[in-house]
Amino acid sequence: MKGLAAVAAPAEQAPRARRFARSGRRRAQPAGPPPLVEPGELEPTIYRFILKYSLRQQIFLLLLTLASFPFLYYSLELPKTIINDAIHGKRFPRGVFGMSLGQIEYLMALCGAFLVLLFINGAFKYYINTFKGQLGERMLRRFRYSLYLRLLRFPLTYFQKTSSAQIIPMITVECEQLGGFIGDAFVLPLFQGGQLLTIIFFMFVQDPMLGAAAVALYPMQGYVIPRLQRKVNALVKRRVRTIREVADRVQQSAAGITEIQANDTVKLQLTDFAHTLGVIYDIRYEIYNRKFFVKFLNNFIGQLTPFFFYSIGGYLVIRGHLSFGALVAVLAAYKDLASPWKELLDFYQNKENTRITYEQIVEQFQPPGMIDAGLLLDEPETIPPFTGEVSAANLSLAEDDKSRIIDAVSFTLGLDEHAAVIGQSDSGKNELALLLARLVRPTGGRVTIGGIDLAELPVAVIGRRIGYVGSAPYLFTGTLRENLLLGLRHHPITAPVYGDDGLARRRARQLEEARRSGNIDFDLHADWIDYRSAGVADAAGLAVRVTEVLRRLGFEEDVYAFGLRGRLDPAANPELAERLLTARRALAERLVADGITNLVETYDPSRFNSNATVAENLLFGTPIGPAFEFEALADNTYVLEVLDKVGLTDDLVEVGREVAATMVEMFSGLPPGHEFFEQYSFIAANEISEFAAIVGAVDGAPATTLPPDQRRKLLSLPFKLVAARHRLDVLDEPMRARLLEARRVFRADLPESARGQIAFFDPDRYNAAASLQDNILFGKVAYGEADATVRIPEVLSEVLDALSLRQAVIDVGLDYNVGTGGSRLSPAQRQRTAIARAVLKRPDLLILGEATSALDGPVQAKVTEGVREEMSGRGLIWVLHRASLARNFDRVLVMSAGKLQEQGRFTELNHKDSLTALLMAAE
Amino acid sequence: MSLQQEFELLRRVPFFAEIEPAKLKLLAFMSQRVGFDDKKSVVRQGEPADAAYLIIEGEADVVLEGPAGPITVATLGPNEIFGEIAILCDAPRNATVRARGRLVTLRIAKDPFMRMVQEFPNMAVSIMQELAHRLEATNNQLRTATSEVRRLREAAPAA
Repeated sequence: MKGLAAVAAPAEQAPRARRFARSGRRRAQPAGPPPLVEPGELEPTIYRFILKYSLRQQIFLLLLTLASFPFLYYSLELPKTIINDAIHGKRFPRGVFGMSLGQIEYLMALCGAFLVLLFINGAFKYYINTFKGQLGERMLRRFRYSLYLRLLRFPLTYFQKTSSAQIIPMITVECEQLGGFIGDAFVLPLFQGGQLLTIIFFMFVQDPMLGAAAVALYPMQGYVIPRLQRKVNALVKRRVRTIREVADRVQQSAAGITEIQANDTVKLQLTDFAHTLGVIYDIRYEIYNRKFFVKFLNNFIGQLTPFFFYSIGGYLVIRGHLSFGALVAVLAAYKDLASPWKELLDFYQNKENTRITYEQIVEQFQPPGMIDAGLLLDEPETIPPFTGEVSAANLSLAEDDKSRIIDAVSFTLGLDEHAAVIGQSDSGKNELALLLARLVRPTGGRVTIGGIDLAELPVAVIGRRIGYVGSAPYLFTGTLRENLLLGLRHHPITAPVYGDDGLARRRARQLEEARRSGNIDFDLHADWIDYRSAGVADAAGLAVRVTEVLRRLGFEEDVYAFGLRGRLDPAANPELAERLLTARRALAERLVADGITNLVETYDPSRFNSNATVAENLLFGTPIGPAFEFEALADNTYVLEVLDKVGLTDDLVEVGREVAATMVEMFSGLPPGHEFFEQYSFIAANEISEFAAIVGAVDGAPATTLPPDQRRKLLSLPFKLVAARHRLDVLDEPMRARLLEARRVFRADLPESARGQIAFFDPDRYNAAASLQDNILFGKVAYGEADATVRIPEVLSEVLDALSLRQAVIDVGLDYNVGTGGSRLSPAQRQRTAIARAVLKRPDLLILGEATSALDGPVQAKVTEGVREEMSGRGLIWVLHRASLARNFDRVLVMSAGKLQEQGRFTELNHKDSLTALLMAAE
Repeated sequence: MSLQQEFELLRRVPFFAEIEPAKLKLLAFMSQRVGFDDKKSVVRQGEPADAAYLIIEGEADVVLEGPAGPITVATLGPNEIFGEIAILCDAPRNATVRARGRLVTLRIAKDPFMRMVQEFPNMAVSIMQELAHRLEATNNQLRTATSEVRRLREAAPAA
């Protein structure tokens, strides 16, 4: 902890890291008690886990069960009294608690007592079961949490060797059964065992010989059954492993679906999968066989005991050594013995199963080289910036087979210098970056900054003062903003304010519950953003800062485009919605001023829009949800109703016929599956012959004579028509006027229940369902105007700039959902997001490992410049994938075969025969 | 102006005259109507060719950008087509074409055009015939020009 002390508290007493952790968290959660220390090592067996974390609850559960016994006993006893004493009894009235009761009253009193007992028994059962369930869930939560925490501590190399698909079922399904078992772990064997012993004791009291006969076979069962069970256990282990393989295989197939289809390896995959399923089947079948054999044996032996009773007991009765009554009593007691014995056996099998599962999970979560939990979680009181120099001394990294990836690399670099690392892809330059960022531990040597060994610093220091971006950075599912601000969210900064008292109480209870299971008790709903470390005062400042960084990285335009395509909830941000409406008016004025009104056809409630589809003209709004999707409009009963009302149905069917006829004429010569169908046709290739038949059947006769299903087919076509684009000349003026009438009726008669399913275009209202751009443009970009697609975005951008709305659009763009693992961004966009993320936290040292490899040449130069400007005065180590990019750096480190071969200024190194010159020449 | 009218216009262009009506209609349908305001460039000299243009309304100047500055070498009017050779042979534009007053064109993009040629060999034959005619015409012009040059040379007094 020496290094930490130097950073965190330069004073003489170096407090232990764990205390930092507490103080740090207490600051974040001023109200709550200090959180539990994070779970340490995993207990090797499930019973040790149970005892360590739930001993008190288990004892409580036992006492509770014991307390329930008297009531249970009396509820069994009372019916006897009712029958013998109250119903068959004589001598009434009787005195009970000083009262004199007649027979009926006495019977009623006893039945009342019986009812009360039933209720008490039920209550006990209910409470015990709930308590067990709660205990099990808490323990399960604790276990899963510790597993996940350990996962976060795994060394980076772990997932090169193990697929995450093997880990996922361990944390999700495999441990599920532990919860159910934990509640029963002690209570069940003690309860059932106690019952068993009581009955055996009773039998011994009746007759020691018979008692001995009852238990005579127990030693044999105790010997044979565990032995048989052991085989079952081994099978269970194999089954778990095989199921994990299945998970792994499924994940690989999902990831490699392209290769499977591209290489037609489908049948091999299926066969392989079927084979594995076969293995599971065999294992399962054998488990069943053995498991039920154990049961069979148990039952058989159980049935064997009465044999002794009849033979030995009968002998003793005949000889007069035993009373007949005693034999009957022993036989009756023996019947009661079967139930607890069976319960115990089930418990034993279940216990074995759970024990193995637990051990098999724990075993997987013990990889070598795990990061110390303290380093991962400690929160120093303060984290001052690094000063001084970065220094690598004899840095080495060896593979398991001792081959060296990094070989005794030493250099020193000022924290205000920018160094480029170049070399061939296998030179070890990327591994060097990982070592310098302390993401991989060196096998020899060390990295220090300002004299402090990085190996000793908690992640809290490394992760905030050093930035690292690799070549394939990972983005988390969520918004672009969340991804960009990831590096600013280390712990809660401001506790959330819950206006609602009930909500506040619910949150407090949730956190209390987290503490009970040893989980971290931070509030997810707090503001986690550390504005200070981003160098801004508040959210508004951060927005400006984010935009600045995006601009430096040439990423601003992309996000602006996301913003234009994005949506805004006017209820949540009425002020911005109002400003966007101002932009709508400003744009309209601008179009007039520039004389380019022909480039946009504005939505006018009283005019047909020839650049919009017929469907859009009819709806005159944006559908919300599936009911009024444009594609399905011809099947919507309300739409059909409206068309009937204005008498448009037949005419639209006729239009559909004309469209179909033209399409059939043009497209029928093409082979099915031709790309033109997809791109241009109104009719899919597989439907063309059907439409040809319809068109042929009509042949001049009015389309109204067609059967309804064919009419519906034809009716679906006109909805897709865009008059200005398709130029089919099938929508004449009167027809357009009647479509406007249909538009009016559609809106006026729309039933109340459907009002939420469409956001109508309204010149004075913001449309929540439409994108920002559609709201501002409030119309369609005209087809057939050469300039429209270039000029309109330009004008739009100028209008937004003039109204200072650009920042607002970018803010909306930051809400863009990046998709699973960032899949909705291009690799170049992902890389820039990751660099922006690293830059935003203002690290003292930024390490980039081929972080711009997906960018195009010119963009790359711009990004390189942008990052260097951003990091000026601070340290930058950049592993470049092209040597020529190193030209302007203060220093160049040239790696080859794991060794640092050359270092110095680019101009010094770039001479004849130098490695640098060779690398340059190889480009 | 409707698809039907565009189709009629295309039919009158010798280049497309022999193509089956249904196919030509499809070509018209896959093409876009594009309007240009006065002085706007339709194509620029040196840029890669991605489409041919048929003039529907208005006129366009053909401008050669030479070292001595731009020279207008021709003016095209309705029903005239330009850029059709360039999309066949992947050559860059050899001249700039600029709207003279309001100009409306039918833009026949290279990709659908080439796909149609591949799909319908008859179309390729029609185009080949048209090109052969043009080559023949060019050869004739060349022959006339060559003999003219020879005549001028012989007539000139030996220096």
